[in-house]
Amino acid sequence: MNSRTLPLIAFALLIALLMVGLKIADRKELIPSPLINKPVPAFDLPVLGNPQQRLSNESMLGKPYLVNFWASWCVTCAVEHPVVTALANANKLTVLGMNFRDERDDAMAWLNKHGDPYDIILRDADGRISIDFGVYAAPESFLVDPEGIIVFKQTGALTPEIVQNEILPRVAAMQGGQK
Amino acid sequence: MTVELGQITLLAALLCALCLGMFPLAGAAFGNRRLMSVASSAALLQCFLVALAFIILTSAFINQDFSVEYVARNSNSLLPMGYRFSAVWSAHEGSLLLWQLILSLWIAAVALFSKTLPEYYRARVLGILGLISVGFLLFIIFTSNPFGRLLPAAQEGLDLNPLLQDPGLIIHPPMLYMGYVGLSVPFAFAVAALLGGKVDSDFVRWSRPWTHVAWAFLTVGVALGSWWAYYELGWGGWWFWDPVENASFMPWLVATALIHSQAVTEKRGAFGNWTLLLAISAFSLSLLGTFLVRSGVLTSVHAFASDPTRGVFILVYLGVVVGGSLTLFAIKAPKMIQGGGFTGASRETMLLTNNLVLTVMAAMVLLGTLYPLLIDALNLGKISVGPPYFGLLFSWLLVPLVVALPIGMFSHWKQDKLNRIAGKLRWPLVVAILFGVLTLILEREVSWISAIGVAGGAWVIGGSLFYLGQVIGQNKALKLPANVIAMTLAHIGLGIFLVGLSLTSSISTEKHLRMVAGDQFEGAGYVFEFLGTTVVNGPNYIADQGEFVISKDGQEIARLFPQKRSYAQGGNSMTEAAIDPGFTRDLYVSLGEPLDDQGVAWAVAIYHKPFIRWVWLGALFMMTGGLVAAGDKRYRRKKVAAPSVNATRTAKA
Amino acid sequence: MKLSEGLSVAGHDLAMLTTAGLNMGQLKSGCLKIGWLKIGGLIFLALLLSVPVQAQEPLVFENQQMQDRFDALTFELRCAVCQNQSLADSDAPLAHDLRREIHDMMMAGQSNEQIKQFMVDRYGDFVLYRPPVQANTWLLWLGPLLMLLIGGLVLRANIKKRSALLNDTNNLENTGAPENTRKPE
Repeated sequence: MNSRTLPLIAFALLIALLMVGLKIADRKELIPSPLINKPVPAFDLPVLGNPQQRLSNESMLGKPYLVNFWASWCVTCAVEHPVVTALANANKLTVLGMNFRDERDDAMAWLNKHGDPYDIILRDADGRISIDFGVYAAPESFLVDPEGIIVFKQTGALTPEIVQNEILPRVAAMQGGQK
Repeated sequence: MTVELGQITLLAALLCALCLGMFPLAGAAFGNRRLMSVASSAALLQCFLVALAFIILTSAFINQDFSVEYVARNSNSLLPMGYRFSAVWSAHEGSLLLWQLILSLWIAAVALFSKTLPEYYRARVLGILGLISVGFLLFIIFTSNPFGRLLPAAQEGLDLNPLLQDPGLIIHPPMLYMGYVGLSVPFAFAVAALLGGKVDSDFVRWSRPWTHVAWAFLTVGVALGSWWAYYELGWGGWWFWDPVENASFMPWLVATALIHSQAVTEKRGAFGNWTLLLAISAFSLSLLGTFLVRSGVLTSVHAFASDPTRGVFILVYLGVVVGGSLTLFAIKAPKMIQGGGFTGASRETMLLTNNLVLTVMAAMVLLGTLYPLLIDALNLGKISVGPPYFGLLFSWLLVPLVVALPIGMFSHWKQDKLNRIAGKLRWPLVVAILFGVLTLILEREVSWISAIGVAGGAWVIGGSLFYLGQVIGQNKALKLPANVIAMTLAHIGLGIFLVGLSLTSSISTEKHLRMVAGDQFEGAGYVFEFLGTTVVNGPNYIADQGEFVISKDGQEIARLFPQKRSYAQGGNSMTEAAIDPGFTRDLYVSLGEPLDDQGVAWAVAIYHKPFIRWVWLGALFMMTGGLVAAGDKRYRRKKVAAPSVNATRTAKA
Repeated sequence: MKLSEGLSVAGHDLAMLTTAGLNMGQLKSGCLKIGWLKIGGLIFLALLLSVPVQAQEPLVFENQQMQDRFDALTFELRCAVCQNQSLADSDAPLAHDLRREIHDMMMAGQSNEQIKQFMVDRYGDFVLYRPPVQANTWLLWLGPLLMLLIGGLVLRANIKKRSALLNDTNNLENTGAPENTRKPE
């Protein structure tokens, strides 16, 4: 090994990096959430259907829940709709819809058209709460444990695989721990 | 019907390239002159075939043949004729065909203009270029074929991206590719020298003109990209350190180092390994750039459509070409130190320093560009590296480079004394300090860093002019050697660039306002009055066109008409900025969004950009210097040695 | 879904199919994209561009200094949606909202560090164009300097060798002995 082989070695390392790069290319635009294992951002918001009623994160302590950010303009939200419905119907946890950057009328119309899969829907009118959650795409889902800690985030549509492999096992672990 | 002909011509070109790649190299290895002579004909035939394929694709665009998928994706019946030409290279497949065309043209040029090279060497150079061509043609034919059909044919095309419906697209990619691809020539010269086991000042002398031309084109190609982004994107910015921009800047930095290294190897026989490595690296970085743009590995505003298959192919190609040449370098690069000695105070030392700084600059840009990927690949997080990093480190690295430049020019080869050099640099230093201070006085808001930048530019320009003066003084006949003129032009270009860079980054004004007809804005000594908008019809768009009157000291000096365009196809909207260009400043206005439903109030962006044209003017000077250097008559010497002597010499090579 | 397949199935023209079927027109209208757009595969997330952008009034600051500080700060932050643009340049709804947040924070007297921390707490280090100096970035920040230093040392050694070579050559010339160093042409 002498100085004349150094360029070749450096190049080999570069190729290795680029090979890995090709493999992980489809996740290059995904931003991992800094909120994992941190407390859920505080929220105190009106219910979409009944603005007099409000719900806060404090009142959600003691049970696990999924916060699902959605909007009527979000095409992919319609795609994940069946999965969300199925999850809510499974009754393993509360599925909390968070409607953001949307007009109330548009949101209601969307729900009428597709059906309301959520246990409860809150309205984040100015998008402030979505910023606190670090939301940059739609839909996004956050799994929160009974102590109010975010344990999992899904950027993009929920799929049956994700529900099966990521969400339900974690919920089961939470309930196991409680007992 | 005709595009299938395009397929056939490409396949024929591939066969040609295979002949070009294999026979001359085999001929050189076994001393078979017949095989070696295949090179010229194969090179020219390949060029003809690729040009034919290109013409066929172009005619598909001109005739708006939407049964060709590539045309359907990138054109539209309303697209003006001029843009139908440039749409050919607006997307992945077509731009690769342009790459291949330019490569074929370079190879043909080498075949035509290298008749004075020794036979064996020439065969090797063309053979290597042929192999490069083979890889590229394989890539095009099998993964990125522009001649694919769309059946049934589309009624209407998707339209060319509105941002690309601009003269910039007509000229920037071809110029850039001329540079990128042109670096394959010094690459081939270097690898051929390694293959022949003869690394000396000969091969360097032969490869210099080619390197100069490629470098000149790359300079202007990068500058055009910057200028285009400036006026097209509407934010007054001209360089973003985007991964693809970096991909074009890295080869440029290395090519600049290569040019300087070649000067030393030719003159003194030293730095042979440096020159080889730089020649290999420059083209390798071109290929790396191609990979980064088309593989989808990095997020970039320039990225073409990505496809795992394509990414893998280019990576393998990169691995073979670069890995192969670096292996050859490891095995066959001269082990003994070559060339003459020199002391610490000598031109060689300064050029060595120059090489080092330029290489570190290129390495820094590479590091910053790939670092997010590295961290992500190692699962160590997700970070971004942007202009704050690149700009900062680049400025720091510029300092030793700028300081060393005039010192290097005035230093003698081999051996010199610091005192003597320092004596010569007295006046340039005075000029530099003078301009630095002048900047601080005349422009109150300028930062002291920018003043130093201006001083640096003046130092470089002053040093170049004083050196030129010295050469004129010593050269009674007043016939200056071409290489001195070239060097002076290029270095002055750098100085001009530095001044432009320093001033525009420090004292530009940017203002975002809400304006209705009749509103005025006053800034930087100018008054901008908004007269409202009218609706204007373009060939394939409708636009809201604003009218701005700009006056200075009560006199109207310009009227600007920025537009907010809505394209018929695809509903894309974009803003077309209006610029009043000037030698000492640009005035730049762009329309943002209408702030109410009637379109009465608008969000307007107004910019005052002092000395921004100097950035590109500097690049033009550098390009001119490169072309002048290439035209140097010294390189057009006839083959000197007698045939018999040549045969014995080259037979061993 | 390949474009050609979609065509023969639906019989629509290309443009309509693309926009409706794969949402590309909606998706990328806000973000700057010069190169060709990727088409294919099910788009699994809709980036926050599809919201029709309500035109925003340009933000107003007390004085030019604050404006400059805002410009510099937003230039250093990366848009999470239009990831090729800074927060200053991006037209995404999220960018509009974040710029307004930053404006409000500046008005409330928060420092640049606090504002950046606000962003990082929510979006991670990704949003900083100036990478923070921390464990996973020391190579990035120190690398070039190290290269320069090592290069400088190698350079020095090289020059010493060359000087010695020159001395040898000079000595040989002085003694009249034949040169045995390789001479260039």
